[in-house]
Parts: sequence; C-alpha cells; structure tokens
Amino acid sequence: MNELSKSKSLNTSFSHSYRRLLLAASCAVIALTTGCHKKDSGIPPQSLGPTTTEAVVVPPPTATITADPLAIDLGATVVLNWRTTNAGVVTIDGIGQVPINGTQTVSPSNSTNFHLVAKGDGGTVEANVRVTVRVPVTEAPGGTTIGPSSTRGKISDAEFQAGVKDMFFDYDSFELRADAQTIAAQSAAFLVQHPDIRILVGGYADERGSAEYNLALGENRANAAKNGLVQAGVAPARIRVISYGKEKQFCTQSTEACWQENRRAQFTIDR
Amino acid sequence: MDRIAYTPTPSRQLFRITLPLFLLFSLVPSLSRSASAQDIFGEANKAPADRTRVAVADFKPAAGSVDALRKTFDATLFNDLQNAGIFDMVSKSIAPPVTPGTPAEMNLGQWSPAPVSAAMVAFGSLGVTGGKLAVNGYLDDVKNAQFPQVLARQYSEDASEDSARQIAHRFADEIISRLGGGVSGIAETKIYFVHAAGGTKEIWEMDYDGANQHPVTKLGQISLSPRVSPDNTRLAFTSLGPDGFRVKMYSLLLGRMVNFQGAGTSSISPAWAPNGKDIAYSASGNGDFDIWISDVNGSLGRKVTNFKGPDMSPVFNPRTGGQLAWISGRTGLPQLYTMEADGSGVSRLTDTGYVSAPSWSPNGQFLAFGWNRKYGPGAPGGQDIYIMEIASKKWLQLTHDGGQCDFPSWSPDGRHIVYANSPDGRVEHMRIWTMLADGTDRRALTGPGNDMPNWSWK
Repeated sequence: MNELSKSKSLNTSFSHSYRRLLLAASCAVIALTTGCHKKDSGIPPQSLGPTTTEAVVVPPPTATITADPLAIDLGATVVLNWRTTNAGVVTIDGIGQVPINGTQTVSPSNSTNFHLVAKGDGGTVEANVRVTVRVPVTEAPGGTTIGPSSTRGKISDAEFQAGVKDMFFDYDSFELRADAQTIAAQSAAFLVQHPDIRILVGGYADERGSAEYNLALGENRANAAKNGLVQAGVAPARIRVISYGKEKQFCTQSTEACWQENRRAQFTIDR
Repeated sequence: MDRIAYTPTPSRQLFRITLPLFLLFSLVPSLSRSASAQDIFGEANKAPADRTRVAVADFKPAAGSVDALRKTFDATLFNDLQNAGIFDMVSKSIAPPVTPGTPAEMNLGQWSPAPVSAAMVAFGSLGVTGGKLAVNGYLDDVKNAQFPQVLARQYSEDASEDSARQIAHRFADEIISRLGGGVSGIAETKIYFVHAAGGTKEIWEMDYDGANQHPVTKLGQISLSPRVSPDNTRLAFTSLGPDGFRVKMYSLLLGRMVNFQGAGTSSISPAWAPNGKDIAYSASGNGDFDIWISDVNGSLGRKVTNFKGPDMSPVFNPRTGGQLAWISGRTGLPQLYTMEADGSGVSRLTDTGYVSAPSWSPNGQFLAFGWNRKYGPGAPGGQDIYIMEIASKKWLQLTHDGGQCDFPSWSPDGRHIVYANSPDGRVEHMRIWTMLADGTDRRALTGPGNDMPNWSWK
C-alpha cells in the first residue's frame, strides 16, 4: 500500500511538473503567434468561491495562556502568562481588559478557568487555562456540615468545590479510576450531608478524535461519575448529567497534561 | 493554478490509464478475507477512460449587458464543467477569441482543429432588460456539421450576481446531465457545514463550489452535525441547550426552528432516511448512547441498538433505506458497523484504529469515512478519508499526509466527496475541501474555522 501510494504520488507530481513544462512550452509557442493575450481573461478571481475566502483573509488572531503552577493550595499564588498575535482587544474573564501580551499574579479561592478572548480584525480566538485550587479536605465533613448555613442549603460555590471535586479519566475510558473512586466517596459524604443541593455533572473529553464520538464519551464519563455518587449513597434524582464532548476545552494545548485536564467529570450546583 | 490552463498531454493520458491499475493493486484486505481482483472497484472510479473534450465560448454581451454579471456567469459555467470531473476542458487561453451569441454566429470550423480539438462547445448570449437577466445558452456537437445543436436553453431571472451564478449552475447541470450518461449534475447542490466564530458554532450553507457562504442558524450556541433532508426543506442538527446536546430541526422553508422531540435526555448525530420520513440518531437516557429511529418530529422512536458502549453517527443506505451504517465503541475504540434498519444482521467492517463519520454513497455500494488506522497515544499516522466497498470490505485510502481529515460526505452524483481537513489537527484550522471520489482534484472550498460538511441530496 505504502509503496503503491508513493508511486502514485510520484506519478502525480511527475505528471504535474511534466504538464506544467508542456504548458509553458505550448504557451511560449502560442505567445510567438498570438501573444498569449488570453492569459488575464481566464477566470476573474471574485467569482471563484474558494479563492475569494483566501484572497481577502486577514490573519486571524492567535492566543495562548499558561498558568504556573497549574495546581495550588488555597491561599497560594499563580502566575498567568499570555501571548497573542494579530489581536486588538484582549480580555480575561474576571480580570477585564489586559495588554495583548502580559503576566499577572492571581490567587483564586477555588478552582478557576481563566478564559482569555482575543479579538482582532481577523476574528476572535479564545484560550483557557484551568487552575486547580486544593482546599483542605478535613474541613468539609467536620466543620461546615454542622454550621447553620449549610443546613439551609445555602452553600457557596467555594464550599461546594471544596466538597465535590473533579474526577479525571484515562484516555478513551469512562471507568472510574481509584482516585476518582476516592473522590466519589468524599463527595458523596459531603452531598449526603447537604441534601438540598442538586448536582449537575458535566462530562468532558480531550481534543483528540471525532466530535460526535467525544460527545458520547463525555456522556459516559458524566454518567460514570453519577453512578459513583449514587453507589456511595446520593439519590439519583438529585443528579443531572450533560456531556460537552470536546466542545468546551478548558486547556487548549496539545500536551498530555492538558488532555488530562480535559478528560474529566466536573460537578456544579444545579440551580 | 495549472488546472485552469489544462491541456491534454501524454502524461495525462498515461495517468488516466494507470489510475484504474492503481486502484486494482492497492486494495489491501482489512479483514482476514482473501483478496480477489476488485473489478467492482474499477467502476467506483467514475472517470471514464476517455473524457469528452468540451469548450466554452465567452458569452456574447446582449442588450444592456453588465460586464460584472457576464464575467461571473462565464467563470461559473466554466468551473462547473471543470469541477464535474467528467470533461476534458479546453483552456480559455487556447479557445478561439470569439463570442458567438446565436447558433447562426457559431463557426464550428474554429473549434475542431488542434489545439482546441473540442468535441462539444457551449456558447450563448447574456443581457439585462427591464431588470431581468436574460441568458440564451447553446451546446453544439462540433463533429456534427449538419445538425450540431445538442441543447438550447433560455433563462430569465432578476438581475443579480447570485442569479448569474445560479443560471450558470443550471445550464452547466443541463450539459452535465446530457453528456454525463444521464447522471444529474451537482452545480445546483448545496453544502451545509459548521462555522465556528467567537466561541459559538452555527450551521452555514454554501453553493457546491464554495461560493455564497452564509449562516442558516443564529442560535448563539454550539451546533454540530448538520444533515439536510432529501427534499431540501429541513435541516436536522445537534445543538447545546440547558439540558445538554439535543437533535434540533430547522425548517429551510419557514426559516425558523421547528419541533423535534427525540428520545432520551441527550441526542446527537441525526441522519435522514431517503424517504424523508424517518430520522436515525443517537440518544442517551441512562448515560449510554444507542441508535434510535423516529419520525421527522422526533416521535414514535424505536431503539435499534442495545449494547454497552457508545453508538453514534448513523447513516442510512440512501439507495434502499433498509440498512444503517454507524460507529460503535462497544469493543473499545470506535469502529464501523452496518445493520438492517430493524437492528438485525450487525456486521463489523473495520477491526483496527479509530473510525468516524460514515457517509453512504448514493448508489449504496460504498461507505466513505474518517479513519486513523494507527490510532493511539503516541502512535504515528494521521486520520484520512477512506472508502470501503461494503460487499467485499475492501478499502481504499483517498487522502495522504495532509493532516487530520474527517466528515466525508458524498455528492448526489457519487462522483465527489466533500470533507474537513486541518493540516495540524487543530480544530480551529479545519477547512472544507472537495475531491473526486478517487481522491484526485482536491480543492479547498472555505477558509479555516469550518467543519462537518454535509452535501445536499439534490
């Protein structure tokens, strides 16, 4: 197959160059007799759809954003670093408009997705980086549950994130790993003590593979996460699942660390 | 752009002859079936051994002619015939510099000698009167001096750039149908696709040649997987709402969304049956996607797969409507399967790699799909477009070394395949390309940010 395909492409390129050669030659002959005068009356570029889009294209902006480190303990700081090209206006959610290239030190109180939007004449691009904040787990079962605020069901997002953490998955898999089982048990303990909260589970996939298959994979992951909570004692009626497939990437680099960030089930309060 | 100034050369003749041989020898059995000579695949290669040589004269300006419209018309007509992939077109640079407007003005003697050597010549006139664009188009058989006229057509439309293109498409389709063995041309067909911009994805429409790109939906959401109905009246697609992704329906006649209920809590990847009355799609009620078939309102659904592991991306056999091909992850990485529309007779067509987005050829004989045969973490190899003859499970790779290719969709004449390609695999660099069904004559139709093309049925 390889041999043959190679010989085909050789054949093609040979015939192309040969054709071009002949074309040049024939054009030269015609040029002698008729002056090759038809050359510019061939096809007006404006009526060719494909070339139209190519001809007027303004280079689209590019944007990258990184965070160092990607995971911190509560109270520590993270350095955000972003670079854009061909962009006029650059904004980061929660920070506002920022220089087109720059760095900033932040100290998020819970796991945060820093979402950068770069707008330029050529379009709009987005970049994301997710910073995971490790909140001390010991507080969750003991302290907060007896507090009056939690029994009322008025749980803040930060408290919820501290009690119910993301579960991560292996490549092309929706089995709960050992670490995810542990998270399921801890999260279920928190949720059983806060029976008023309804939970939305988002299933996510990394950028590789087809969009349609990844929607299914995200659904399977969200559902596996739900089943993990149900088996640990959470009522299934409290949990809703949504697959986002690979349509909502938190981390946009083609690295294993980034792919792992994206292969997850993420929990939010379903309001 | 050497394809515009095409001349028949010995090397081209050679290529034409070697192509079927290449098809014959390059067939590697994907399953442990003994390979037999695939004469059937020879027919898949729609390029005839000897293509009809066709010339097009620039149309003559008639009363009130607008130069811009005439140029658009001339270029569109030439491109349509060129794109058809069944003609050997006479380059405009060697065509006689004449513009016969009527059969009386046509001197066939100018078109038969070398290097023009035309077998057929299209010509006519174009003018604007009373705001109407009037076109007279003719096709003459150069070899038949006594009764040369093959076609004569008159068109009249409101004068605009778009109608100049559409009239050229219609006239081209008449010529293609007449000279192409009765198979209808595709110059009037549309391609639906996903256009990504500013964090949303909308469904867009364009002419088959990439012209006239414009939005259909304006939902401000992430919409995917457009599939137009066989009669071009409805568009099924998948869109993200408050409860996740669901199959949605847009009426192209009413210009608005219409009801589609659908099974499950989440549903994706719709596909039309050729009768226009059934829709297959993938739905999940309990976290696992299975294939369902409903009516056009999404009612009366029945589940046709029932197996652990995701099942999605169904497509009907457009010739019979009685079979489905789809993608299933029931054994691990997604593979290609076929079954009867009632769920019986499941057959697996691929046994390795990562398969996506099957599209069934109009004659029912072939499946086109995206396939990464060496898929895996760190594995080399790219995702390319393949076609497989269903009866023999013999496959043929159509794209090579061009980065990620996905979402092939057959043209209604079965001669072309539109697909998405990203040179570096990044989603935002996806563009839509077209090629002949043997993998030759590739052209980009869009710039980056466009994905998941679907060719209309007519």
